[in-house]
Amino acid sequence: MTASHASGHVTPPLLAIDRASLDLPAPDGDRLEVLREVSLTVRAGEFVSIIGPSGCGKSTLLNIVSGLLDADTGTVSLNGDLSARRLGNVAYMQQRDLLMPWRDVLDNAALGLELAGVPRSASRARALDALPVFGLEGFGAAYPAQLSGGMRQRVALMRTTLPERDLLLLDEPFGALDAMTRGDLQRWLVGLFEGSGMGVLLVTHDVEEALILSDRVLVLSGRPGRNAGELEVNLPRPRHETDVTDESFIMLKRRLLDMLALDRAAA
Amino acid sequence: MSERITASDGIASPTRSTPPGPPRALGGRRAAVAVADSVVKWMPSLALAAALFALWEALVRILDVQRWLLPRPTAIGAEIWRSRSVLWDNALVTGEEVLVGYAIAIVVGIALAVAISYSRLLERAVYPFVIASQTIPIIALAPLLLVWVGPEKTSKIIIVALITFFPIVVNLVDGLRSADRASIDMFRTLGATRWQTFRKLQAPAALPFFFSGLKISAVFAVIGAVIGEWVGGQAGLGWLMQVVRPLFKTELVFASIFVLSAMAIMLFVTVVVLERWALRHYPHGDGD
Repeated sequence: MTASHASGHVTPPLLAIDRASLDLPAPDGDRLEVLREVSLTVRAGEFVSIIGPSGCGKSTLLNIVSGLLDADTGTVSLNGDLSARRLGNVAYMQQRDLLMPWRDVLDNAALGLELAGVPRSASRARALDALPVFGLEGFGAAYPAQLSGGMRQRVALMRTTLPERDLLLLDEPFGALDAMTRGDLQRWLVGLFEGSGMGVLLVTHDVEEALILSDRVLVLSGRPGRNAGELEVNLPRPRHETDVTDESFIMLKRRLLDMLALDRAAA
Repeated sequence: MSERITASDGIASPTRSTPPGPPRALGGRRAAVAVADSVVKWMPSLALAAALFALWEALVRILDVQRWLLPRPTAIGAEIWRSRSVLWDNALVTGEEVLVGYAIAIVVGIALAVAISYSRLLERAVYPFVIASQTIPIIALAPLLLVWVGPEKTSKIIIVALITFFPIVVNLVDGLRSADRASIDMFRTLGATRWQTFRKLQAPAALPFFFSGLKISAVFAVIGAVIGEWVGGQAGLGWLMQVVRPLFKTELVFASIFVLSAMAIMLFVTVVVLERWALRHYPHGDGD
């Protein structure tokens, strides 16, 4: 991998996947090879994106990292620990917001804390304090049905991040939103991430989104998913003002699109 | 949601159509508006009832039908007033059978549904018996129960419980399975235990289904008590009808039927009111 270490002291990465492969049952009863020997690392404070054609196993990879699935072969380690319990220790936001209609914003946002054993009143208090950061000030008592798509997504992100895990997985979190809301939320997410020390692994099929947000972009090939390339995004931070018409940005975008095209040609 | 057994579409939804406004304030004014609202919505139904009774009254008078064959609605009304103490005493007996049987069915129904949805093994073991219990003709079982446990209230309570627990179990089992895979996965990634997932996700998701079952059972409960009293008893409105029918006191038979209907409707409406309150934040349509 690209991680290099200046001195002899080596900190294991937050997340390291080493040659993970997985077959899943296909609808026709056969086994379907979804991932083949995929490797990646995420370091503390690093934002990594995975990009690839649909059906390349991006979401499956996140399911493995979160602990919902286990790889058939290969290893997954957290902070160098190969047997670390991942369920409950990795923050994972799926594509849909999955808010519970019978809970108000505070109770939805506090769910992660509540399930971790924090008393309900303390959970709600923490959620209340965090509302302004998520642009939801004054909406604590609202119910999901009263919120816009972008607001619902931010409540889901609150639920995911309030338990303060070191590693955050995002599965196309803005995929269902319109372009304008998506742009707003991307910039807002960058602001949230910068300086937080969290490691983030984002799955997306949006090239611009990957470039605006990430330190590194990993390209996965079409099914079965394999490592098909990697791109360092050396754009300066803070990125929330990143100009997507800037020349360096366009160069990176072209290189990333070339990688994707190359993979398509090879398939 | 489409698989739910629902006997009440259209009846249960008169005031649920308010759009999701800003966070709601509970207040007397709102309640008053709600009452006025439901009066307006029930108007067509009340008007139809009045028209039907008027037609009934007119036909009986014009065709000069014998009163022991079909009494006039006004005569039935007069009979309800005249026999109010007899009707009241027997309604209390039937009411107790209904409520106790219904309560037992709810407790047993919840326990069975939770057990069935908790374990595949229990499901395979228990579910067939739940279904089989409904294939037994109650009308055939009722006289046997009378022999087994005597002519008192107990046999009626058993029949009410037997007839009402089924819709509760079936709906609740469906409801407990209604939480989608993604939500259950979300709970797992947040480190939830199985009990937490049940209590905070599956149980609340099942609530609309549970109320659907309760509404159907509320109507069945009164029927069950009447069947029990009909085949043999010592009191109750079903027993009363059976006793006075051979005496050609047809007005009192109809009076009993009216009171029974009123009881069933009251129980149903009570469940609907509870449902509205419990599901006030659920998406529209879920609770109906």
